[in-house]
Amino acid sequence: MSVTTSPPATAAAGPPQSPRAHWRHRLAERGVDGQLWLLAPAVLFVMLLFLYPFFYGLGLSFQPTKGGPFSDYARFFGDSYQRGTIWTTLGLALPAALLNVLASVPIAYRMRGRFRGKRLVTILLVVPITLGTVLTAQGLLNFLGPTGWFNRVLMGLQLTDEPVRLIHNYWGVFFSLIITGFPFAFLLVLSYLSGIDPTLERAAATLGAGWWQRFRTVTLPLLMPGLATTFCLTFVLAFSVFPSAVLVGNPAGETRVISIAAYQAAYEQYDYPYASAIAMVMGAIELVIISVVLLARTRLYTGSSGGKG
Amino acid sequence: MTGTTPGFSQLRLDGVSRRFGSQDALTGLDLTIQAGEFIALLGPSGCGKSTALNCLAGLLPLTAGSIWQDERRVDTLPPERRGFGMVFQNYALFPHMSVRANVAFGLRMRRLPRDEIRRRAAEAIRLVRLEEHAGKLPGQLSGGQQQRVAIARAVVLEPSLVLMDEPLSNLDAKLRLEMRTEIRRLHQSLGLTTVYVTHDQEEALSLADRLVVLRAGRVQQIGPPQTLHTRPANWHVADFMGYRNLWPMRALSAQGAVVEVEADGFRLVGDPVGDIAPGDAVIAGVRPEDVRVDDPGEAATNTTPAEIEVVEYQGRELAAEARTAAGIRVHLRTDRRVAPGDAVALSIDPERLLIFPNDSDEHPSAPLVDPTGSRLSEPGLVG
Repeated sequence: MSVTTSPPATAAAGPPQSPRAHWRHRLAERGVDGQLWLLAPAVLFVMLLFLYPFFYGLGLSFQPTKGGPFSDYARFFGDSYQRGTIWTTLGLALPAALLNVLASVPIAYRMRGRFRGKRLVTILLVVPITLGTVLTAQGLLNFLGPTGWFNRVLMGLQLTDEPVRLIHNYWGVFFSLIITGFPFAFLLVLSYLSGIDPTLERAAATLGAGWWQRFRTVTLPLLMPGLATTFCLTFVLAFSVFPSAVLVGNPAGETRVISIAAYQAAYEQYDYPYASAIAMVMGAIELVIISVVLLARTRLYTGSSGGKG
Repeated sequence: MTGTTPGFSQLRLDGVSRRFGSQDALTGLDLTIQAGEFIALLGPSGCGKSTALNCLAGLLPLTAGSIWQDERRVDTLPPERRGFGMVFQNYALFPHMSVRANVAFGLRMRRLPRDEIRRRAAEAIRLVRLEEHAGKLPGQLSGGQQQRVAIARAVVLEPSLVLMDEPLSNLDAKLRLEMRTEIRRLHQSLGLTTVYVTHDQEEALSLADRLVVLRAGRVQQIGPPQTLHTRPANWHVADFMGYRNLWPMRALSAQGAVVEVEADGFRLVGDPVGDIAPGDAVIAGVRPEDVRVDDPGEAATNTTPAEIEVVEYQGRELAAEARTAAGIRVHLRTDRRVAPGDAVALSIDPERLLIFPNDSDEHPSAPLVDPTGSRLSEPGLVG
């Protein structure tokens, strides 16, 4: 470009001389830039495999085979046999989730820091994740059944005259939920615990706090938000229980959980709109429980638990 | 909180040792601390000073030795029953508690009456001048303020001993100076007995009544700041106390309080520290500020021509590096306006040049050996 170029041409060639920054810079300030495309596969995945089926099901639940848009919901809540599945499921999922979280805390607390054999213990505690519900159910049937080892030991020790019934009822499903849910809860609680600076407890010790006071006043309050999150996740896992309710439970009676009701509507009565409505009810209940827990969580201290405070 | 009751007249560490696996982190620390004293444990990282502090606090069990508070043995007590206050390097404030609750924590653990807890916590907060921040969480405070909370939390219990683990190392230079004064002020006004761990010799010299210099888990020297400053016990301590010039040399002759040493034809006369016989390997040490710079002139004792190589501006003075004709590098400080390339004469007062026995294969230019390193450096193994 020669020095004799006319002024307008130079202005056009140079960057826009506006007082505001270039639009690319302004977008980048807000985190909008080329790297955002890396999110595309995940967004597509969620759209195709979650959002689309969800909204399809939601739409379907308002188009019952007969009656108005809400008649399938009315049908579910009007029938005490169907409505009762909500309490059955909550009766399994809430205690199971609570026990998973509560049992994880002391074990994870003991497992902080380094010690010999930590890896082995962790593997033993986590291995049920790899088994899957069907294998767990199989094992429970063998182990806790009327002629299983457990009952044979009890009878051999003369503790009981006839086998204790622990399968094909509430307890079978409950044990199965503990076995499959505990490893998740344990791993989560362990990672939350490792995020708490161990110096805090040492500081508490130099200030005169015994081990229980240290746990109750320092570690537990910092761990509570993590426990709330862990509870939500294990609750959701337990609430959608299906295979073990059928295999080690009593699917026609005391462990007729809500997912069985949805399954029967869909694959025994071929009433997809009704099954969708039940699935929506299921989702709504999970949402309510999680909202309550997370609302309570906001009242806790959720900031950094590192040493610098 | 107007002057604490010391609770003891002396604290005695008797051969305190700690091993980690096969590694000695601290070997046979003997130290008697008088009530009201300010002791600094000083040394490079890995020297065992934090180990010693954690042993005192009860956070690490001893491998050998014992700790006595007058006639009461305390090393067998858990930390919560020792009643020592501790300030941690990262402050370790409880992030979910307000400043007030942090300070009151120890009082609450002692189940004191509610009124007394409130009164004493408020007093401690006033002492560290954080009244208007009392309701905030630690995360809302600056580093210096968090530091002050940590100190208030430790001293509110009027502990018989306060342990401080490099409390200033996370602060910037200006704040560090301010807090240093504050710590000294608190120590004096409360009459606290303090053990302070640091790797900063300046901090230790300015704060402590007595210094304990550690290296590779062993005590090198215990003494008041003046002694350590002017008369380090060996070249390791000298290295740590600001003797930047440490030259490996060989003793030529020793006549009482004067030793003549030599390296590559460069001869010096100095003051021996310890026994030195002619022919011994020695290390000659001098502080940069004790090297005098003059115009090149006639040859004299301890005077050598040199050329200035590097000059750093340091306000009133210049820090410079010079090289003598014999090729020895000399660090010096001077208020003369020297420039790189200047020919000068350097001279050292024989009283200021300390001649240490060279007790190891190590050389001062090499970094200090960590505790895992060469066993040859341990005094017991090499004569």
